Parts: sequence; C-alpha cells; structure tokens
Amino acid sequence: MLSSMFYKLWANGLIQMGIWETVYMTMIASFFSYLFGLPLGVILTVTDKNGICENRAVNSILGFAVNFFRSIPFIILMVAMLPVAKFVVGTSLGNKAVIVMLIIGASPYVARMVESSIKEVDAGVIEAAQAMGANKLQIICKVLLPEAKPSLIIGAAISIVTILSYSAMAATLGGTGLGQIAIIYGHQRNNSDITWICVFLTVIIVQIIQMAGTAIAQKTDKRIRNK
Amino acid sequence: MIEIRHLGKTFQTSAGDIVALDDINLTIADGEIFGIIGLSGAGKSTLVRCINLLERPTAGDVIINGKSMMSLPEKELLQMRRSIGMIFQNFNLLEQRTVLGNVCFPLEISGVGKKEAKAKALELLKIVGLEERTRAYPSQLSGGQKQRVAIARALATDPQYLLCDEATSALDPNTTRQILDLLKSINRDLGVTIIVITHEMKVIDRICDSVAVIDASHIAEVGKVSEVFTAPKTQIARDLIIPKESNIISTTGGRKLRLTFDGEEKTREPLISRMVLECGAPVNILFADTRIYDNVVHGHMVIELPNELHEAEKIMYWLSSNNVKWKEEI
Ligand SMILES: Nc1ncnc2c1ncn2[C@@H]1O[C@H](COP(=O)(O)OP(=O)(O)OP(=O)(O)O)[C@@H](O)[C@H]1O
Ligand SMILES: [Mg+2]
Repeated sequence: MLSSMFYKLWANGLIQMGIWETVYMTMIASFFSYLFGLPLGVILTVTDKNGICENRAVNSILGFAVNFFRSIPFIILMVAMLPVAKFVVGTSLGNKAVIVMLIIGASPYVARMVESSIKEVDAGVIEAAQAMGANKLQIICKVLLPEAKPSLIIGAAISIVTILSYSAMAATLGGTGLGQIAIIYGHQRNNSDITWICVFLTVIIVQIIQMAGTAIAQKTDKRIRNK
Repeated sequence: MIEIRHLGKTFQTSAGDIVALDDINLTIADGEIFGIIGLSGAGKSTLVRCINLLERPTAGDVIINGKSMMSLPEKELLQMRRSIGMIFQNFNLLEQRTVLGNVCFPLEISGVGKKEAKAKALELLKIVGLEERTRAYPSQLSGGQKQRVAIARALATDPQYLLCDEATSALDPNTTRQILDLLKSINRDLGVTIIVITHEMKVIDRICDSVAVIDASHIAEVGKVSEVFTAPKTQIARDLIIPKESNIISTTGGRKLRLTFDGEEKTREPLISRMVLECGAPVNILFADTRIYDNVVHGHMVIELPNELHEAEKIMYWLSSNNVKWKEEI
C-alpha cells in the first residue's frame, strides 16, 4: 500500500526526525510565546477598564499592537518578519529563524488567550483581596493567576496546537519537521501517502496535546465537587 | 471610631452622572454593631465600600481612629485595610484554595510566616466551627459554611472593624440566624466593631445596637435600634420596619384596625384576651409583629372586627378607653 518512498524515509529516520523537529520547535516556540505573551496578557487585563491598574493609554497601545499582529495571516507575517529573524538569530533561514517568527506570531495570540482566562476570575474575589490590603502584584500573583489556572491550562493547550500548525506552515520558508516532509516528499514528489501520513501524525500530536491539557486542567481545578 | 463626614459619591457613566451617596454623616462608636438598612439601590454597598476606600468617595472623608482615609498614601491605606475585615453576600472565597488556604491568605499577604499563619488560621476556624473542614475546597461547602470561612478569613489579621455587605442575604433563615449569632459573639468576645449592611429588618433587629436608615442616597434616620424601631420618624423607616400588609387576608370581610404598642405598661398584660372577654365579642388577629426591648413590648397588630356593627363599636370604644393606640386600616 505504502510507496517505497515511505520505507526509505522511515529507514533513514527522516519521519522520526520530522516528528521530533515539529514537537521540539513547537515546544521552544510555545515556551517563549508564553514568556512574552503571559505578562502581556496580564498587562492587557489589569490596565483594562475597571482593572486593578486601569490605564487607558497603555491598554490601547498594547491592544492595538496585539490586534495588528493578530490580523495578519501567519504566512504573510512570516515573510514580513524575515529581517527581524535575521537580526535576532543572525539568519533568515532554517529552524532558528522559524522559531523567532513563530514567537512573534504566537505571542499576541497567547496574550489574548491569557487575557480571556484572567477575565473569568470573579470580580468579587479581587475585591475581597483588595479589602484585605493586597497590593497589585499580590493580586496578580496570588489571586488572578492561581484562580485562572485551569482556564490558563486549557488556553495553553489551544495555543500550543496553534503554534504547531504555524510551525507546519513554516516549512514553506525552510522550516523542517512534518510540514517540510509533507511538502517536499509528499506534494512535490507526488507521494500522496506521505502527505497523509504527515497529516495523521500531526493529528495524533494535536490530540495528545489537547487531551493532556484537558486532563491537567481538570486535575488542578478545585471548583469541581466530590473530588 | 469611624466618622463618616459629608461623604458623597457620584458615578460618572455614559448615561450621565449617578449620585449614589450625598452628604452622608455617621459616627460609628467602637464596640457596637451598627446596622445600615435601605432598599435596593439606596447606596448601601457604595457606602460600605467607601469606608475602606474600595470605592473612592467624590466628596467628604472617612476618618478612622482619627486618621483621614482620603489623605492616606497607598501603602498606609493597604495597611489600614488590614485592620478592617470585610465579608460579602457572595462570600468571595478563592475557589482554588482550601479552607485553610483561604484563611491564611490575608496573613500571607501581610508577610506573616507560613507556620504562624497556619496556627492562627486553625484557631480562627475553630472559632467559626469549621475545624473539621480545613482541607475542603469552597465548592465542597454549603453557603453557611462558606460565609464562616469568609468570616474567619476576615478576622485573620485581628481587625478592629468588620464590614458586612449583605452577608446573610444568600442564606436561608436558619443559617442566617446562625451566622448572625456568630457575628454577635465575635463582637462580644473579640471586641470587633461590626458594620452590617442589609435590606432585612430582622438582621438589624437580631444583632444591631444602632441603625441608620438610608434612602435614595441620603441618611433618613439614625439612632439606637430600640428608638428607631419603636418610633420611626420617617416614612421609609416605617416602610422598612413594618412589613408590607399585602399578605394580610381578611377572613370575614370586617373592618380592620391596626393597634400600635409603643412601650406602655398595657402591653405586659394579656390585652387582647381581656378585650374579647370584656366586650363579649370575638376578633380575628390578622397580623402581629411585636418584640421586646428593655422588657417592654413594642410593635403592631392588625385585628379584624366582627361584622356586627354594635360589637365592632364596642371594641373600638374599649380600645380607646384603655389607651390603646389604634387606627383603621383601609
Ligand atoms: N460602578 C458603578 N457605576 C455606576 N453606578 C453605580 C456603580 N455602583 C453603584 N452604582 C449605582 O449607585 C446606586 C447605589 O448602588 P448600591 O450598589 O450602593 O446600592 P445598594 O443599596 O447596595 O443596593 P442592593 O441592595 O441592591 O445591593 C445605584 O443606583 C447603582 O446603580
Ligand atoms: Mg448592595
């Protein structure tokens, strides 16, 4: 059933390598996207109207920047960000550059995810903390983030899946991984079985991420009775 | 002592300015339980939130122990808030923390060590009767238990004052009584001055020493509970204290009289039964709401006279000659 190309790729370890590269790029990019996106999301929340550090100027500037990046399709953003990647990692080719572009593309997305999770925290609980004399940093670190934790984890699973799909797109600009295998060996050499195997493997990875996210979120959430 | 001076709060909204509080003046003495009663939207929550500056007043000041809250710098304000506990209608517990974690929270943020905080929290959970549930999460507790946790949490920093915004409004009558009794004992045993916001007369009645009636952003009336409740001077106070009569159903369709007892000796004897015996005419008691202050009965009663004109007049005459205040209900 499978073409000889598949066995060749498998024997050379290219497919296994592709899986690893996809996972690895996704993880690195996710880590950095959260490093930037999480604080950004927190700032977006607390500076918003009725937030604990309401600040119109900061909120609208950041909000605009985030919306700006979010409204550009990732494939176009990647091309536009090539010079930035070159500036940061010294090259506009290869996985290093792709990771930079993934981070630029995903951080604003993560920021909005984080913002929507934190906004779910009951205003009454924040008010109670304020009444107890908590300062702003304490409210962020001890109320907003811990109370939003289950929702943040669900959001993280969704964000990671998005980053994974971005990383596959990055194959068009020389990124490696399952996306590249699908394009080079599947599409360009007309082996549709390779393409489908890449799709199948991607689906499996997405499922694992999604299920793990849901399971961890459920385990940490204390709002569910009888546990 | 908490002194509220010329306090005002105007909310600016896109639909125009909303005056929530206007020239509020109140003095809350140390050691008392001070009630603030008013209808929905009267400004009760805004008033209590202005006391610890959760809401910044737009006029006037709140002076606590001689210190002007409005002129405190941020850091001292946070410090001051630690001496003012607060509990809420919706409990506002941290859902992701255990009961113990919730009570430790105010101690953590004021820099108390973990061990010390835990010991203090356990001691407080014992006071509120929840020492068995320290490892439970809020979602596993009943409303009454949640409010107990909230009370323990509010007391963790040994506050001098406790603000309660509709603390029992989400609870059933039985649980309400238990929570009110707990508040009373906290006031008595720990010497905490308590400010209770409510729209329910029975809350004021059960635990408060003084009461302020707030109506449409103003203080309508203020005084000792026994005074305000027995001789309300304003219509709004009367409305709040005397329950609505819509549920008084006449049985025979006879004329209805409202009798008012305001602390005269008469009320200590079995007045109604004497009247019925002496007049030889039956009456229906449609409604009675009386209570005892300083060993004297105060309150209201609505009776229905017999249809027989002669008997009805006899009763009215008897009431007048026995100095019972009455008024015909229409
Ligand atoms: N943040 C706000 N912005 C605009 N208006 C407000 C705000 N908070 C309160 N108000 C208005 O101020 C008035 C008083 O509200 P408040 O919540 O103090 O009433 P309340 O007496 O506590 O009522 P309830 O018994 O329903 O809780 C209301 O007219 C309300 O609409
Ligand atoms: Mg209210």
